[in-house]
Amino acid sequence: MGQQTQDLVPLSGFVFTMSEPMEATETKPSWVGRGITRVEDDPLLRGREWFIDDIDPLPHAGHAAIVRSPFAHAQIRSIDVSAALAVDGVIGVVTGAEIAAITQPFPSVLDVPIDYRPAAYECVRFAGEPVAVVVARDRYVAEDAAALVVVDYDPQPVVADPASAAEPTAIRLHAATTSNVVSDRTFRYGDPEQAFATAVLVVRRRFRHPRNSATPVETYGVIANWDESRGGVDAWANFQGPFTLHGVAAAALGIPASKLRLCTPPASGGSYGIKSAVFVYVVLMAAVSRVLGIPVRWTEDRGEHLLASSSATERLTEIAAGFDADGKLVALDLDLLDDVGAYVRAPEPATLYRMHGCLTGAYDVQNLAVRSRVVVTNRAPTGLNRGFGGPQLYYPLERTMMIAAGELGLDHAELIRRNLVRSEQMPYRAAAGAIYDSGDYLRCFDEALELADYDELLAFRDAKRAQGRLVGIGLAVVVEPSVSNMGYISLAQPAEVRARGLPKTGNSEGVSIAMGPHGGVTVRFTSTPQGQGHRTVAAQIVADALGVSLEDVDVRTEADTSANPWTVSSGNYSSRFSAVVASAIHHAATLLADRLKTLAAHELGCPPEAVVLSDGKARSSDDGERSISIRRLAGGAHWNPAGTGAVGDVGGLALTATYTIPLPEPDADDRCNTSAVYGFIADVAIVEVDAETGQVQVLRYATVHDAGRILNPLIADGQMMGGLAHGLGAALLEEHRYDEDGNLMTASFLDYLPPTATELPPVRHRAIETPSPTTPLGAKGLGEGNTMSAPACLANAVADAIGIDAVPIPLTPARVWALLQGEAE
Amino acid sequence: MNVEFAVNGRTYRRDIEDRRLLSDVLRHDLGLRGTHVGCEHGVCGACTVLVDGVASRSCLLLAVQVAGCEILTVEGLADPAGTLSPLQVAFSTHHGLQCGFCTPGILATATEALERGELTSRAAITDLLSGHLCRCTGYVGIIEAIADAAGLPPESERAL
Repeated sequence: MGQQTQDLVPLSGFVFTMSEPMEATETKPSWVGRGITRVEDDPLLRGREWFIDDIDPLPHAGHAAIVRSPFAHAQIRSIDVSAALAVDGVIGVVTGAEIAAITQPFPSVLDVPIDYRPAAYECVRFAGEPVAVVVARDRYVAEDAAALVVVDYDPQPVVADPASAAEPTAIRLHAATTSNVVSDRTFRYGDPEQAFATAVLVVRRRFRHPRNSATPVETYGVIANWDESRGGVDAWANFQGPFTLHGVAAAALGIPASKLRLCTPPASGGSYGIKSAVFVYVVLMAAVSRVLGIPVRWTEDRGEHLLASSSATERLTEIAAGFDADGKLVALDLDLLDDVGAYVRAPEPATLYRMHGCLTGAYDVQNLAVRSRVVVTNRAPTGLNRGFGGPQLYYPLERTMMIAAGELGLDHAELIRRNLVRSEQMPYRAAAGAIYDSGDYLRCFDEALELADYDELLAFRDAKRAQGRLVGIGLAVVVEPSVSNMGYISLAQPAEVRARGLPKTGNSEGVSIAMGPHGGVTVRFTSTPQGQGHRTVAAQIVADALGVSLEDVDVRTEADTSANPWTVSSGNYSSRFSAVVASAIHHAATLLADRLKTLAAHELGCPPEAVVLSDGKARSSDDGERSISIRRLAGGAHWNPAGTGAVGDVGGLALTATYTIPLPEPDADDRCNTSAVYGFIADVAIVEVDAETGQVQVLRYATVHDAGRILNPLIADGQMMGGLAHGLGAALLEEHRYDEDGNLMTASFLDYLPPTATELPPVRHRAIETPSPTTPLGAKGLGEGNTMSAPACLANAVADAIGIDAVPIPLTPARVWALLQGEAE
Repeated sequence: MNVEFAVNGRTYRRDIEDRRLLSDVLRHDLGLRGTHVGCEHGVCGACTVLVDGVASRSCLLLAVQVAGCEILTVEGLADPAGTLSPLQVAFSTHHGLQCGFCTPGILATATEALERGELTSRAAITDLLSGHLCRCTGYVGIIEAIADAAGLPPESERAL
């Protein structure tokens, strides 16, 4: 930190305006909306929770260590495992060729001839790609022996960056393909050519979004057993969904999906998207188990995680934005090139399409041209990472808006105001098909300016500039989609190809709920949380619906595909909990409440509609004096169902229900409502750049969210602040850097730098609650939030501070210092 | 090597391979799974335990190095009756944990600093936390929890 900023902000600059817990209103107290502390906390605080490396569901499992390629591209001439096998305690060594013989290539979203396996055979295509697995009685021995596996490589030329990989003359990674560009689609909405022709200003820029990763503190872990008799697999992994990948894993194992039992432990140490890709290792360990005939377990180490697990895509964007004389954005042209690494690992190229419907962001513009290309490179495969496509979109879009404001001679805030979608336009159909369900973007933006004390910031900036200091203000506005429409990924195929396949619109979640004979309630669903407090919020929803106390509700979220309700959409991604999983919980609990009301009506002699459930009792609203305890009703339903008047399943207090938000499949014109609901975020930041060191100091960060109804403000605030920390890391610190030979240069936490407590700025936060008309509780997702907006906002602030347009993220001190010396990238 | 050491007040005698990490002995030999391993190169801080009262990375210690030492892990922070320490309670109150994986190490570090009376300002807390990675919370709830346990008043924002 530069000395000159010391007087501006305290080191411990945390001021976080927590939301006020909502008061329970009406006569019936509501748990939903209250910032209650979490049921998850107690076992975590005692060290008594169960993470993947803590569980031992299959005793006597062998411990695996993976032999990985040190080359980014090489032919494998031979592998000599004899020295490894000679180590005392080694159970076996399985090579990529042996695994290839008993697996199928992973199915791909794209119809391209790329043979992707959990371990390489014949050819390695990224540094860190598995080539063999050693299994031993413990991990120490397995790692000893792994070091003794001798692989004879024939190194090949490397294509280590997307631009050169996309050149027609580039070395091809996969011989059967015609190009490293494995998907190339163009889209046109409205009349962009005409709109650009009439624009008074067209801003054209290029941007590069680097690879980065949320780096959960817990790494991947898998336990797998091949069951020869059943021809199936039992596996445990800290998987996070989407459960589309369960089917991908089963297909690679060559077994029906019903024969792959995939479970998650009760707790997972963070994921933020990254752990979706553990499915590759489920297949790898299951295949190794099949060869060796014993259960196998593997816990990834940090080096492996950084080198070879997953990351955000690198994206190269060429953007053109056309404006009329009033500063109205009239046309947008986006040329997007996503580097997905050496293989197109499912669900990629989803990063490219997750935001497709809302590529125009928060702005009212109907003329849009898009080119979306996918390129393979000699780098680790990419995948979900918090924000998933959002940061890659908003950094170019929001930078371009600020640049345009400068060229138009308008204040940036004024240009944003002129272009935001208006509340009276809701529901608003964006150019590429997203239906923004609700929101008052203008009000939200103005509240952000007010919360930031924008006028004070402007005066402060100008005063400091007069002293020669480098102070800048950044703004960003983003639409935050939540609950992905499973159909969006089919946009990677042209409409005529899509038409040959089955339509996809999935987003459903299933919930099992049961009331026991003493009135206690158990709830299960497959949202695979990794710290988001799903169990707490589910208990709040269920307690409200059934009129029972929180303590009466026991929520279990460990996945088990052989026991839990689940759908291909299940999992913890696209901020889907608050909008669709919570809806499913509410739906299931309401159905159970209806059954209780039927039972109570029989006892109280009133119609079921007249029964009210609250405080552990069922009352007749016709005659408030008459009541029966829910515990008694439950006991009757279990012990004496005949006496309850129940017929068929009416009296049963266990049920499973699935909830779906109706979404359309992409239409013939490639318009797609890519998500179910859409929130909004407006950010304001002020930074100071140290001219001597290039250090960026964030002096104040203000953000206003509208994510619909907030189900638990304490948890929502935690998500918001966590998302902001990821966005700040992406803006200022984090990048997976590769050298020209495809070696990862950031392969430890000494080189890859997530933010620590000292890097976090003072934050002002406010939540506006515009209930979504789409979801029964009015909630939208908010888990990705400022991960999408902060890189754009902070890049804008730094550009304003140093007076340079081209500000590549992450804005590390070295990079900013080079920019100040006039060294453009 | 034969070593004797105490963990959470219980004495253990074990014949331990010289190279075996303290983190692995705690987790896999003694079953004290609350000590988490996040990086195995001493950066993330998740594996931090107190060795004779001093916060130490158990992934950077060989178990044989703690012969004769008293170790306190997250499992030993609650009192014998099972009541959580004020610091543990404050973590829940202020939402200082989400996935909870990094939490045991932070609790160990903060417990030592609180006992030493070092946490007289939020700056001291922030500085203390710079040796730990948390990817969920953005650290805000953690700082507030420790500040609460240290008896610091809520902080108001300082002017620009």
